[in-house]
Amino acid sequence: MDFQTRSMRLNNARRKVTNYLVSGLSILATIIVIVPLIAILFYLIYKGASSLNLAFFTHIPAPVGEEGGGMANSIVGSGIILLLASLMGVPIGIAAGVYLAEFGRGKALATAVRFTADVLNGVPSIVMGISIYSLIVIQQKHFSALAGGVALGIMMIPTITRTTEEMLATVPHAIREAALGLGVPKWRTAISVSLRTASPGIITGCMLAFARVAGETAPLLFTAFGNQFWSLKLNEPIAALPLQIYVYAISPYDEWHRLAWAGALVLIVMIMVSVTLVRIVANRGVLKGGS
Amino acid sequence: MGVGILVEDLNAWYGTTHTLQDINLHIPANHATALIGPSGCGKSTFVRCLNRMHETNPIARATGVVRMGEVDIYKDASPVEIRRRVGMVFQRPNPFPTMSIYDNVVSGLKLNGFRNRRILDETVERSLKQAALWEEVKDDLKKKSGASLSGGQQQRMCIARALAVDPEVLLMDEPASALDPVSTSKIEDLIFQLKSQYTIVIVTHNMQQAARVAENTGFFLNGKMVEFDSTHKIFTNPKDKRTEDYITGRFG
Amino acid sequence: MLSTVAAAVTPAAAPQAGNAAASPIRDFLSRRGSGRLADASFAAIMLVCALSIFAIVLFILSILIVRSHLSLAQFGWSFFTRSAWDPVSGDFGALPFIFGTLATSFLALLMAVPLALGVAIFLTELCPQPLRAPISFLTELLAAIPSVVYGLWAVFVLIPLVRDVIGPFLVKFFGWTTLFDGTNFGVGLLTASIILAIMILPIISSLTRDIMTAVPNSQREAVLALGATRWEMIRIGVLRNSRIGIVGAIMLGLGRALGETMAVTMVIGNHPNISKSLFAPANTLASVIAGEFSEATSDIYLSALIEIGLALFLVTIVVNAIARLMVWAVTRNAPARVQ
Repeated sequence: MDFQTRSMRLNNARRKVTNYLVSGLSILATIIVIVPLIAILFYLIYKGASSLNLAFFTHIPAPVGEEGGGMANSIVGSGIILLLASLMGVPIGIAAGVYLAEFGRGKALATAVRFTADVLNGVPSIVMGISIYSLIVIQQKHFSALAGGVALGIMMIPTITRTTEEMLATVPHAIREAALGLGVPKWRTAISVSLRTASPGIITGCMLAFARVAGETAPLLFTAFGNQFWSLKLNEPIAALPLQIYVYAISPYDEWHRLAWAGALVLIVMIMVSVTLVRIVANRGVLKGGS
Repeated sequence: MGVGILVEDLNAWYGTTHTLQDINLHIPANHATALIGPSGCGKSTFVRCLNRMHETNPIARATGVVRMGEVDIYKDASPVEIRRRVGMVFQRPNPFPTMSIYDNVVSGLKLNGFRNRRILDETVERSLKQAALWEEVKDDLKKKSGASLSGGQQQRMCIARALAVDPEVLLMDEPASALDPVSTSKIEDLIFQLKSQYTIVIVTHNMQQAARVAENTGFFLNGKMVEFDSTHKIFTNPKDKRTEDYITGRFG
Repeated sequence: MLSTVAAAVTPAAAPQAGNAAASPIRDFLSRRGSGRLADASFAAIMLVCALSIFAIVLFILSILIVRSHLSLAQFGWSFFTRSAWDPVSGDFGALPFIFGTLATSFLALLMAVPLALGVAIFLTELCPQPLRAPISFLTELLAAIPSVVYGLWAVFVLIPLVRDVIGPFLVKFFGWTTLFDGTNFGVGLLTASIILAIMILPIISSLTRDIMTAVPNSQREAVLALGATRWEMIRIGVLRNSRIGIVGAIMLGLGRALGETMAVTMVIGNHPNISKSLFAPANTLASVIAGEFSEATSDIYLSALIEIGLALFLVTIVVNAIARLMVWAVTRNAPARVQ
């Protein structure tokens, strides 16, 4: 009897120790992860803030070797490319999401589309870049903002499709039935009832997709290509913020490094704003939402 | 004025389940008809066949004839056209959460393209008065959202919404089952007043409710309509033993 | 019987018989069409947009195959088994890049997975409620930071760190493994693996958290009721049930690591090289495309790079598809059985 209780006691002690050990390890892991990441974030903000000035937003880069200059052309260029991308990606993505949620419920085709969209989201962006290069740039024999916009636009589609579908799925079926019962045709119900009710979430999804492609560099390497000067034409190479950050980061010039840090800060702030907005809208939607 | 409904050999399926079997009945115009029966007996399915809402489920199917006045609703018209003539009130209130009370009530008109401001205003007032909700919400029509009302108020607003399109038939699928007794009695009063203007079909679990509001009652069991007669007859001297068992509470 | 009942009731002759005041509404509604055409066209447009997802995949596949046909024809399968990479003579073999991709991804997973699991366990089971939101917000933020920004940090902070601190440390204590031979310039496989690990950690962690939260509380309570310690409850009640999903989450992290381009390009040294030393410069499938695309002047060079892109596309599709299936299998089901 003594033998049994002693081994039982040993066993219990071992289990307790294991328990504390694992708890300790997971806390350690969290600290190992969080602390350096916060450090990275603060370093980026510090370096970026000290490099940022008004000229950054209003000037184009100075000639090599000179001080000053900014990334105004990259900011505007990014804006143009993202506008093109959104014009392409948002309507198609939302429409595909509407199909999945309103017309395709339960059908095998819808499942296949959903799965393919998820898988597409994992395809490296550089593959998208070389595909559009092969399609548009080779044909046109020059780089262009248009090609960049198309590349980013295609990347937005699967993301927006999935988030639109998920948001539409939260719309209670009862209110669709209410509209159908009133003799409202299905297309009108989808637009004026389903989309309208889910619109905060859908807009959030579009913002997320937008923020994601706004930071993409690889697809632009072979499409928009980058430009040291002002360019507003869709058929010419154009500067983009992440692209220029890359070019300046690997360059040997200190002045360009400064621009890269500042640009990185602008990107991070934009990301922070979108992530925060997404959280606010998501929480509000849950609290406010339909029955 | 409402219109009578003639049902001949109606059969309905959800996938392979034969939910309604050979239903034959006549629902008289400008009367209230109650449909009673235990859970799952098919009365909700039946009512949904009357405005072709049954078809919104992709695996649902129906055969037979349903004649509303002169119109065979399955052959002579599209589902959308029928639903504009037949109003429906559901078990749980389902107001449109993004719309104001005003917009909710006239949604059946606005979403179908109706624009005339004056008539819309009049319709809102008329329908809310018919639903006995006007006094409670008349100052907040455009300020409050439809979803911000209490349960009983929401259901009365849904009734107003159904009435706004001036239907000929009003279908009500257990309209008071999710509500408190005070709201329930308000809705029963409503039905009493409305039935002279519309043909009302009300599905209910509550036999006392059927006895209170309806002139005629049909008893459903396992997808078949067992008996259909005046309410008085059904509750005092039913012909079928199954009806009698249900009425006296031996099952269901 | 029906006919007598029908005869006894006043029939409403025309479907339109309503009282005069309400008839404008009935008139209006009866003149509206059935909407069949609009419904059909609307559904068709939505369907076409949904099918565009398939079109995108097919488009990428076909254009990459077409544009890499030169290289495909010339080198065949040996493209992936040979170590040559000589643009001047036009001889191309992608094996060094396969090595680089596999080595960096493997190392990155080695570093990231235990930490990510630890964070996930902490956040779902051990973390006090008020801390949960800020930490998970932080993770979301970090997952959203673009690759080029991580790369920027890596170039100016991580490379000196590896060169001056981490490198010597590793040589001192682990030099016997011969993994740390050769000169350490700060760039190379090790640096690339570290930055990769940092980048895939948030994804693996938040997905694992989602999966662990999907396990219903009844499972946890059942195990606790048997007298288990907290760790045992986590191990038996949660992890065992979500094993497959967690593997899926890890595979998704792998998928991301395989395709990660910018940060890796900036720190890996860009050298087509297979070496045992972690300090050696190398290249991955993604980084060679990014780094050398602008220099690809000859058709065969371009074609070889595009063929690498094709390989990358196919590999990431397969890895992601398997991973998604695993995650889906766990998060869609009713509570899994306790084994």
